[in-house]
Amino acid sequence: MNTVDLTVDEAERPLPQLARQGLEVRALKSGILTGLTWLTAALAAIPLISVIYMLLMQGGARLFGTGVVEVLTGLPPAGFEQGGGIGPAIVGTLAMVGIASLISIPLGILAAIYNGVLEPRSWTANTSRFLAKVLTGVPSIMAGVFVYAVLVAHWGYSAWAGGLALAVLMLRTVVLAAEEAMAQVPQRMKDAAYGMGCTRTQVIWKVVLPTGLPGILTGVLLAVAGAAGESAPLLFTALFSNYYISQLSEPTASLSILIYNFSGMPFPNQIELAWTASLVLVLMVLGFNILARLIGQPKV
Amino acid sequence: MTNMFEAADSVSPISGPPRALEYANDRIFRGIAWTSAFLVIALTGFILWEVGRQAAPAIQAYGLGFITGTEWNVNQGEFGVLPEIWGTLYSSLLALALGGLFGIAIAIFLTQDFIHHRLAMIFRTVIEMLAAIPSVVFGLWGIYILIPLLKPGAEWLHDQLGWFPLFSTDLAGPGMAPAALVLAIMILPTVAAITVDAFHRIPYKIKEAAYGMGTTRWEAILKVMVPTASSGILAALVLGFGRALGETMALAMLIGNANQISLSLFSPANTLASLLASTFPEAGHLEVQALMYAALVLLAITFLVNVMGQMVQQYTIRKFEGKR
Repeated sequence: MNTVDLTVDEAERPLPQLARQGLEVRALKSGILTGLTWLTAALAAIPLISVIYMLLMQGGARLFGTGVVEVLTGLPPAGFEQGGGIGPAIVGTLAMVGIASLISIPLGILAAIYNGVLEPRSWTANTSRFLAKVLTGVPSIMAGVFVYAVLVAHWGYSAWAGGLALAVLMLRTVVLAAEEAMAQVPQRMKDAAYGMGCTRTQVIWKVVLPTGLPGILTGVLLAVAGAAGESAPLLFTALFSNYYISQLSEPTASLSILIYNFSGMPFPNQIELAWTASLVLVLMVLGFNILARLIGQPKV
Repeated sequence: MTNMFEAADSVSPISGPPRALEYANDRIFRGIAWTSAFLVIALTGFILWEVGRQAAPAIQAYGLGFITGTEWNVNQGEFGVLPEIWGTLYSSLLALALGGLFGIAIAIFLTQDFIHHRLAMIFRTVIEMLAAIPSVVFGLWGIYILIPLLKPGAEWLHDQLGWFPLFSTDLAGPGMAPAALVLAIMILPTVAAITVDAFHRIPYKIKEAAYGMGTTRWEAILKVMVPTASSGILAALVLGFGRALGETMALAMLIGNANQISLSLFSPANTLASLLASTFPEAGHLEVQALMYAALVLLAITFLVNVMGQMVQQYTIRKFEGKR
């Protein structure tokens, strides 16, 4: 057997080049891509900044100016009329979101209780959970089409129809979010309550709902925010009206439809009001969003 | 009846078997909860049945010719939605290409240590806020900012490269390009948020292992992080595509509602959702039936996209993430 005699010098291999090679192909590629990523992020920020700037400049001029009361309470102007406001649209949006909330929140939370706590693995729970997810993928205008077929075709345009269309859209969000929130409640807490002799209903009312409340509220508020910003389902359910609603069974104005209608008009006054309405709508939606985030934050 | 739990009375009133009233309450409440859960099922069924019932006369009258027809003429009773199907798919694909690319790039930007993680959190919140801006507001922005901004560029492209199908017409106002751009901006937050979640789910060790082998940052991202997160990224893209298909108001305001099939980015077009939005309020009896049929077609397309997305996702999970 041959043994190889190695001197110390021969045995030592040269150390690989470990310092960063800025001009090496790989490093160059990495550098270029990093630059591109920064560029992409900056580019994507432009529309957002532009939207916010326009909202504040065009909409803010009217909203934060002297005529704020007129803007928030006045009737929409017609044709060449100057001034005017978006009062009926604000009230209409609030009314229809209110109707939608009254229908979808209790129904959604109850369904979530059944799906998440009572019988999570039953056929009803599995199917309704699956269908709620399917409904999430359905375009929002379908809610309008559905309500048109069921209500509007027989009884005409109304706030009820608009509210119902929004309720269909809110329901799916509330069901899924509330179930997820209730799933966060530790099993041990429920077991402790069962051990005390509670019925399932008592466990739900005294343990699951209070503990899961922040999460449920977050989901509910996000659903409300989404509904307030919706326009497609209102287009041919609530239609539009230039006056304050006196009863819920007549066509009703909403902020989003007002923006849609006014955006195509050739009058600067209307276009300015469309921007103002946009600002009010965005503030409303963001308000619900921020509230949802604050409530949903884990308590330390 | 004797109390089976007599011991309970003597120990403490805190715990004990439920009383008859509590049992009754429990029954009733569970019944109500079941009814609610069942109502979700019933509602979905009712939506399908009702829209289908209303569309039935149109389905019988026009059959499959409705899908291949290119005319929408109320007076002659001719209805076809091929241009709308084309416009829906074309605008959504353009938006997906652009919004998807930017969304994923931003997700990489926010998760792969380009900026401090606190700053990334703030950016993330800003992106989620962007998702909350209603689509009519984007439509308004598109009409008064984007279209005037695009016009000179579109004119130049048409003059110089008019022979190229994408630029074969001039931008006269509303059209495919502004619609697709706004659509891209609208799906960007969805894509970015879900992709960020997908990157966050990757264990930190995996990144450390990649860097430990001497990869550059982008080799780690492109060869390790992106494949590992691929199913999540695909889910984000499918969801974004689905949203683009169903988006209504911004498109109704920006796409021009023209019943034509054109490859040109600058020609007006139409989508199924904006056809519904723009014709429904003034539609007569016959036209409503046709519109219900169009709504069913839209529903079928979104459903197909979602099912296909699920299948592709299953495939990538098997291929790249090694889970079975």
